[in-house]
Amino acid sequence: MIARLRTVLRGQKVIAICTVILLVFAIVTLLAPWISPHDPIKVNLALKLQPPSAEYWLGTDHLGRDNFSRLLHGARISLGLAFLIFIASLGIGLVVGTVAGYRGGWLDACLMRFCEAVMTIPNLVLVLGMVGIFGPGLMQVVLALMLVQWVYYARMFRSMVVSLKERHFITAARISGSSEWKIIRRHIIPNVLPPILVMGTLEMGWAIMDISALSFLGLGIQPPTPEWGAMIHEGKAFIRSHPELMLYPGLMILFVVITFNVLGEALSERFGVKRRM
Amino acid sequence: MVSYIGKRLLAILPIVLFAILITFVLIHVSPVDPAEAYLTAAHIHPTEELLAEKRHEFGLDQPLLVQYWRTVVKMAQLDFGQSYMTNEPVWEDVVSKMPATVQLAVSSILFAMLVSIPLGFLSAIYKNSLIDYFSRGLSYFGASIPQFWLGYLLMFFFAVKLDLLPVEGKGSWEHLVLPTLTLSLALIAIYTRLLRASVLEQLQESYVLYAKTRGIKQRIIMVKHVLKIAFSPVITGLGMNFGKLLTGTIIVEQVFSWPGFGRYFVDAIFNRDIPVIQCYVFLAACLFIICNLIVDLVQLYMDPRISLKGRTDQ
Repeated sequence: MIARLRTVLRGQKVIAICTVILLVFAIVTLLAPWISPHDPIKVNLALKLQPPSAEYWLGTDHLGRDNFSRLLHGARISLGLAFLIFIASLGIGLVVGTVAGYRGGWLDACLMRFCEAVMTIPNLVLVLGMVGIFGPGLMQVVLALMLVQWVYYARMFRSMVVSLKERHFITAARISGSSEWKIIRRHIIPNVLPPILVMGTLEMGWAIMDISALSFLGLGIQPPTPEWGAMIHEGKAFIRSHPELMLYPGLMILFVVITFNVLGEALSERFGVKRRM
Repeated sequence: MVSYIGKRLLAILPIVLFAILITFVLIHVSPVDPAEAYLTAAHIHPTEELLAEKRHEFGLDQPLLVQYWRTVVKMAQLDFGQSYMTNEPVWEDVVSKMPATVQLAVSSILFAMLVSIPLGFLSAIYKNSLIDYFSRGLSYFGASIPQFWLGYLLMFFFAVKLDLLPVEGKGSWEHLVLPTLTLSLALIAIYTRLLRASVLEQLQESYVLYAKTRGIKQRIIMVKHVLKIAFSPVITGLGMNFGKLLTGTIIVEQVFSWPGFGRYFVDAIFNRDIPVIQCYVFLAACLFIICNLIVDLVQLYMDPRISLKGRTDQ
């Protein structure tokens, strides 16, 4: 497995670098409570708006909270939620798309028309509409994002199932006596994985941007929970005196999203997968 | 041509009905009672009698199908009910807020075109040159930067540090500069990429080689033939990315306190102003569909290879 991965990644510096960066972020996401030097939500007005020091690496914000710790915990929220949304919408899309592709007929037509109709309403508008009707909050935002994202996966899985059904190599493998498990492992997964990887990588970037945009509008993560979009929103009040408060979280979003986008692009080039604009 | 447009317009109907259905279902699935939301937004203390009265007024005591049908009929007449916040008819509010948003959107599209057409074209012709790297970098940057943050950055540099432009609000042309820049960067990223890819694809075509062998000047081949055909995907991209533009206006209007439709929508979300939310989602779907129809027609006009029949079958 590792040997195969090595041959796939040979000469693919971009993919390797991006993956390492994202792995570092993933580790930070998991370990944030243990590695952050301070409590991200502990208010200490005596220490407000401190410049960077040995104790507070990036200074403190208007409530005396450590900026560095808040950024680390922010990664937890942004990346964690984006991953949750990715897994959930992938799951729903997998089930719906596979059913539609296998069954075909009227069920397929209905499901696909439904997906298309969802796509005619711009994503963020639909999410905002849902949040508006159900009320602001983290749960609502995550649910709404899942409910608009899964249609893209459903369509992708459907088209994959339809095209795989017509290919002969699976029938050939079955005739030659391969077990179901072996067909799935040797033939289906290698065909299905690259598009999922490409789409998932790009979707993660979008999800992070959407979550931060909603928090910025004040509809997603509520204070005092540290989240990058919400931190930018809070920092904006100090744009004249302490612009760095809104600079740091923005740089984090930009950096993570660019990494996801570059990785997605490189993967799609490597595997020859067309991406959705 | 006329029958084609007719068919396309007919195909819009079910989608619009579906868009109305989505908001309708959401409102009914939601634990929020519109009558209660109305009274809260209007700062009236909800009593049982008032609630019952409002429910009757909104027709919430009718069977669901009747309610849905009524909503559809009303929306077809552009009657979206009254805003809970202002007590004015929603449509009148929308009409008064719309010009500001349209102004912002149009100026952003124009600016994005102005930048991305030369940039995309040149980066394709001089592939792997400095300008190509620049345009590709800009595409990544524009696609990955959160719009509200970009807005604040521009605000910080041009309005706070250099004091060249106003911080927020609407008025002179100077107020338009920063919101336009903010909104157009994402579009520039998309258009430049699209145009670059599509020009590169055209350069591989045999007609370019043929024109070259006939001794036609490089410049004439590029401008008269390649650019014209390469434009087609960009126009499709324009329609497909209409959603980006629309959601962009929501964010940018919020950042720069631009008094448009997007800001009105966000205010409505905070106040649970259900008629306004419903109206926005409905109009967003309609605009998206209409934009794509226009885009298809323009393409049809520009590229006669696309047959009418093939299009309607899709």
